[in-house]
Amino acid sequence: MNWELLFNMVVPLTIAFVAVWGAARRVDVYSALVQGAGEGLGVLIKIVPAMVALMTAVYMLRASGALEAAGALLGPVLTRLGVPPETVGLLLVRPVSGNAALGVGSELIATYGPDSAVGRTAAVMLGSTETTFYTVAVYFGAAGVKRTRYAIPAALCADAAAFLAAAWAVRWWFG
Amino acid sequence: MAMTLIWTGMVVVSVVYGLLAGNGPAVAAAAVEGAYAAVELCLGMAGIMCLWMGVMEVMKRSGLAGGLSRLLRPVLGLLYPDFKGDGETMDAISANVSANLLGLGNAATPLGIQAARRMALRSPGVASDSLCMLVVCNTASIQLIPTTVAAVRLSAGCETPFDILPAVWLASAISVGVGVLAAKFFSRVWRR
Repeated sequence: MNWELLFNMVVPLTIAFVAVWGAARRVDVYSALVQGAGEGLGVLIKIVPAMVALMTAVYMLRASGALEAAGALLGPVLTRLGVPPETVGLLLVRPVSGNAALGVGSELIATYGPDSAVGRTAAVMLGSTETTFYTVAVYFGAAGVKRTRYAIPAALCADAAAFLAAAWAVRWWFG
Repeated sequence: MAMTLIWTGMVVVSVVYGLLAGNGPAVAAAAVEGAYAAVELCLGMAGIMCLWMGVMEVMKRSGLAGGLSRLLRPVLGLLYPDFKGDGETMDAISANVSANLLGLGNAATPLGIQAARRMALRSPGVASDSLCMLVVCNTASIQLIPTTVAAVRLSAGCETPFDILPAVWLASAISVGVGVLAAKFFSRVWRR
């Protein structure tokens, strides 16, 4: 069984399955697809302003070097919590930028090795979290929500839990 | 208001720290780059976004979305009690969860947005408890097969890129659990 091929085929297989299923149910698959796609464009327009605002701030924050400074402060705290301090950079960029997090994570995995404790922890952190602020901006932007109430604090709780759990899970699974 | 605080905070910290650390010019350049990159990102997303909203429309008309949500109703009904009776919203949430589980992050976003927009119709401009829950569940990754990470490990010379799966599942489960509990807790104490 070629697992990699199977994972790569998830998207086309899903699309093909939906198309065949719809056609079998006598749905006009093509016009439904085009209509839905047209609605997607409208949603996208609503997301652009939120993304411009968010990414401007994220890029500025990254360029200022403040994240590195915060990382230096956080390192010792992480060690005490059982999280490899090398992952502090990943932890800080993960909620704000998916691309940057992937970059930092790949760097860690390449530097320490994919089968090292740091490399594995970084991989699990990447796999068990999302780009929180991006998700918040996109969802609330598209829904036209201004008062976000407790969504951000609750989401950050989940992120913090994921980072701690990643380090613990790696130790549990690999011993 | 939360976003106002966070956004202003990020900008002010960048400017002040950037100036103190001598990174002022870099911050200035980044402000422009960020705005540019945002539009680029949205354009990059446009195709996938339209594609999956189209696929969702086909799923809706063929009854596939309805079947999926009947399957997931026992769990999702608990998370979104206010929308239990709203078929179309539940269909969109179900499709969003399924896409997340399959690791189709790009598909999950448009599907989740559809659910979010329907939820917001009931409380314009304000994030209801259900909408907060939806966002929290989407910020806590629940994918079964983290393909991107596996690809990174593979390219770093790892022979068994998927051997971290159980650890990822455990960490994801803990993260989602904490997120859901936090949302449920905040929904009781957050009055505004």
